[in-house]
Amino acid sequence: MVGIVLISHSKKIVEGIQELAAQMSQDVPVALAGGTDDGRLGTDINKITEAIRSVYSDDGVLVFFDMGSAYMNAQMALDFLDEDSSKVEIIDSAFVEGAITAIVDSGLNKSMDEIKADIASMKLGKMP
Amino acid sequence: MAELNQIIGALRLMAETIEKNKEHLTELDGAIGDGDHGINMSRGFAFVKETLDKGGFQNAGDLFKKCGMALVAHVGGASGPLYGTAFLRAAMVLKDREDVHAADYVQILKDAAEGIKMRGKSDRGEKTMLDALIPAYEAAADAVQQGKSAQEILNAAKVAAAEGAVGTEKLVAQKGRASYLGERSIGHQDPGAASAALVLAAVADYFAAEK
Repeated sequence: MVGIVLISHSKKIVEGIQELAAQMSQDVPVALAGGTDDGRLGTDINKITEAIRSVYSDDGVLVFFDMGSAYMNAQMALDFLDEDSSKVEIIDSAFVEGAITAIVDSGLNKSMDEIKADIASMKLGKMP
Repeated sequence: MAELNQIIGALRLMAETIEKNKEHLTELDGAIGDGDHGINMSRGFAFVKETLDKGGFQNAGDLFKKCGMALVAHVGGASGPLYGTAFLRAAMVLKDREDVHAADYVQILKDAAEGIKMRGKSDRGEKTMLDALIPAYEAAADAVQQGKSAQEILNAAKVAAAEGAVGTEKLVAQKGRASYLGERSIGHQDPGAASAALVLAAVADYFAAEK
């Protein structure tokens, strides 16, 4: 199954998305990277790296993020990742809708490309 | 020419300067951003200080790499990856080097600005730290061209960065949280440009005080 990583400045946001998705899909490898390691609002490259690793497999990993530094930290996490980063992709998508669609899709054993096709219409242009 | 222990000294003053200006940076960010720049920078540079205390640097490149990683890992906001990238670019300029010359400083400013442009997908005039950093690079490069002394080169960067930071007041923010405010961001100094100016001031001040 494709792993899904959710990055937000806020821990509550990613927990909320996971909670919503769990109504439809429970067994998908979803990892959360919300807030900083000392509980502030913000994003944390170590948390992001750990999250990617925890759901990493040959099926690939899709990374969803909310805004601003979340994207930059996700990119840096990929730069430093020991695993094969070509299997990990940061996604430009409406955060809630895209992530939930991807989680449900992954639970239906869809491939990374199939999931990306399903959420292609949800692009927000947040990856300049 | 600066030796490794002097560069460590300059980085230490950088960390102290950020800590001293924490409230000021937070106030600037509170006006047009999410109000955490001072706290974020203070936390990041506290880990830089810890890295400096730990020591054991093989050379100047290794020093900047370790400090850059401390910033990347601990800042929390966009300034983490941005300052981290700047430091990692500096580490590449200084790879395997024991000492640093004025020409290296100019190259560091140039590569740091390029790195930040790449990471932040930004450029001059968008009310970001680049509006302090790029003028600082240009002023330092000019000073080298004119055959100025090392201290004059550091001072030129300091002055140009400070002027650049003040100059952001008249700009409309186009990146980061402040860009949500559009025209409302006019009249406020960009906190990232302000912290970049402080960082470069610390370098100039450290070497001026050593004389």
